[in-house]
Amino acid sequence: MAVTETEIVKGIGSDYEVKYGFHVPEDYFFKSGRGLSHELIDAISSHKDEPDWMRKFRHKSLEYFNARPLPRWGGDVSRIDFENIFYYIRPTEKQANSWEDLPADIKDTWDKLGIPEAEKKYLAGVGAQYESEVVYHKLQEDLTRQGVLFLDMDSGLREQEDIVKRYFGKVIPQNDNKFAALNSAVWSGGSFIYVPPGVHVEMPLQAYFRINAENMGQFERTLIIVDEGAYVHYVEGCTAPIYTSDSLHSAVVEIIVNKGGRCRYTTIQNWSTNVYNLVTKRAVAHEDSTMEWVDGNLGSKLTMKYPSIWLLGDGAHGEVLSIAFAGKGQHQDAGGKAVHVAPRTSSVITSKSISKNGGRAGYRGLLEIAKGAHGAKSKVVCDALILDEESRSDTYPYIRIDENDVSAEHEATVSKIGEEQLFYLMSRGLSEAEASAMVVSGFVEPITKELPLEYAVEMNRLIQLQMEGSVG
Amino acid sequence: MAALEIKNLHVALEDGTEIVKGVDLSVNPNEIHAIMGPNGSGKSTLAYALMGHPGYQITEGEILFDGEDLVQMSPDERAQRGLFLAFQYPHAIPGVTVTSFLRSAINAVRKANAGGEDDPIPVPEFRKDLLEAMDQLKVPRELAGRYVNDGFSGGEKKRVEILQMAMLKPKIAVLDETDSGLDIDALKIVAQGVQSLVGPEMGTIVITHYQRILNHIEPDHVHVFLGGGIVEEGGPELAHKLEAEGYEGFSSNGKEPA
Repeated sequence: MAVTETEIVKGIGSDYEVKYGFHVPEDYFFKSGRGLSHELIDAISSHKDEPDWMRKFRHKSLEYFNARPLPRWGGDVSRIDFENIFYYIRPTEKQANSWEDLPADIKDTWDKLGIPEAEKKYLAGVGAQYESEVVYHKLQEDLTRQGVLFLDMDSGLREQEDIVKRYFGKVIPQNDNKFAALNSAVWSGGSFIYVPPGVHVEMPLQAYFRINAENMGQFERTLIIVDEGAYVHYVEGCTAPIYTSDSLHSAVVEIIVNKGGRCRYTTIQNWSTNVYNLVTKRAVAHEDSTMEWVDGNLGSKLTMKYPSIWLLGDGAHGEVLSIAFAGKGQHQDAGGKAVHVAPRTSSVITSKSISKNGGRAGYRGLLEIAKGAHGAKSKVVCDALILDEESRSDTYPYIRIDENDVSAEHEATVSKIGEEQLFYLMSRGLSEAEASAMVVSGFVEPITKELPLEYAVEMNRLIQLQMEGSVG
Repeated sequence: MAALEIKNLHVALEDGTEIVKGVDLSVNPNEIHAIMGPNGSGKSTLAYALMGHPGYQITEGEILFDGEDLVQMSPDERAQRGLFLAFQYPHAIPGVTVTSFLRSAINAVRKANAGGEDDPIPVPEFRKDLLEAMDQLKVPRELAGRYVNDGFSGGEKKRVEILQMAMLKPKIAVLDETDSGLDIDALKIVAQGVQSLVGPEMGTIVITHYQRILNHIEPDHVHVFLGGGIVEEGGPELAHKLEAEGYEGFSSNGKEPA
């Protein structure tokens, strides 16, 4: 054919540069030195004027981090230079609750990313984190009146210390893994959400994470508590400038869904390809509750992320929908975990991975059904689409079942875009890039159809950009 | 000059094996040409080569479309100029609905015709055209929301091929064994659909093994295709002769490919 696969994909990143890859000059209120130390932790904690228990928690976490070896599975994290990273940058002295109150270049960044526009149209609340701090935060007033709390994590700790102290680090212990320990030591920003019993937050709450400085480390910390019969949909988006040296994003997200509640957590991760994205996400689902992770991974250099659900209550239901797209130089080690502890719990994990131009995308998952989880049901489907010979897909489905009267299904497929399929689409007038993008959009459709329209459109647009090249 | 002019066309597989050995054919709007031949005679290879399938090499000859040589063009460029192929075995595109596929295809063609500028069809116009075409071809409405050819029956696939043709409004449509795998009712509907689309705006080449579809689509010209070439040409009566006598009466040696 006239256009080769290589030509299709060679333009990747050109659009990222314009849309997301820009950076603005640094004019910060406070920037820590490079590297990690107990002194740094004291500096962060003092800056934030934290209670003593949190300072101690941070110091202890740093000890855990130092004691743990780097993981030797998943992706290659051995090149992360922990001494070269800026762990804490506070861009502004105070948080704003109107966009106009932000410094011009920061406001301009959010304008370019379309966040104020999105807030007007379809969001119930917005948090915008720039480097280490949430610089803008707002929740619709009627939700505030209904008792919904949507704060940045630092404000959450100041204003709701009792709740935070009760749950913080309980779903994901500080020594859970090396990167959770790192986050626990140097965390800053992120969201704190509490939805009172019976309250349905109809429109999504969105948090937007932006790295601007080179060699930045962003360590947001999110805690969401959905009380009995309540509902919330939380969305996060992430972008960063393109630099030649690496940045690190290592978040921890803990979620508690109480009886009959439902939480949906949607991520559209579009970090630039110099960002290590090593995130721990875990939810506990109590009786008859529902937890859903919708996890879209399009950017980053390496992502290791396996959103997990512990089904602790009778009848709890969990879903993980994961998309991973790996282009040149990218490794997406994504997946999901479902742990069934209580009877009649159910889970569905659907993973779709796409790799092209030498990228590596995979599924790594755990399904565990513990003794006593009678009548548990689980289904794991992982499909991989490989777009060329240089690219790679891996599937690591771990399954452990300790109960008899349960049902567990696992399906996996690997496919390629066939020459015949492309010819068919091109014979209708679509260019090779358009035809490939159409096959890919169709492949991920079971997941994009679960997204609110605006995000589905954005996801499809991002996929199209990834597939273009000869055109752009 | 005809809309589609095929001159001394030779087509070979990637390994060099020649399948089509010198074909001449001219097709205009308002004309129905039937190419009839047994399995393995090279009819489908001719169809694929016309559309630009990458697995077939044109080793000699020309394909002129409104005087422009298609041979170096990619399949999408050929489609954008008004050539269409109804596939014998249409491919499934999971996750892409018939509606969304059709809209994308129409918009791709419109964009090309607008010199590369986006010129999307207004949604109400698209909806109206689609519903009319579906009613005419008796395509069940629910098919519009299903994924292209994914789990379709043989008859549904063929009907959706003709639906695509009706929506894309090509100048010349090549129908590759569209009659195969259709029961008689489906065959009638498809044939009537094709017949109704042929007119001042469209001409067609109906490639078939059997006379059957020609009971419902009256061809203006019949070409008997054997051993990679056209061995005899005539009017509709030739199809009846074939039906009565079979292909044994013709030999690829009896008449050198024109």
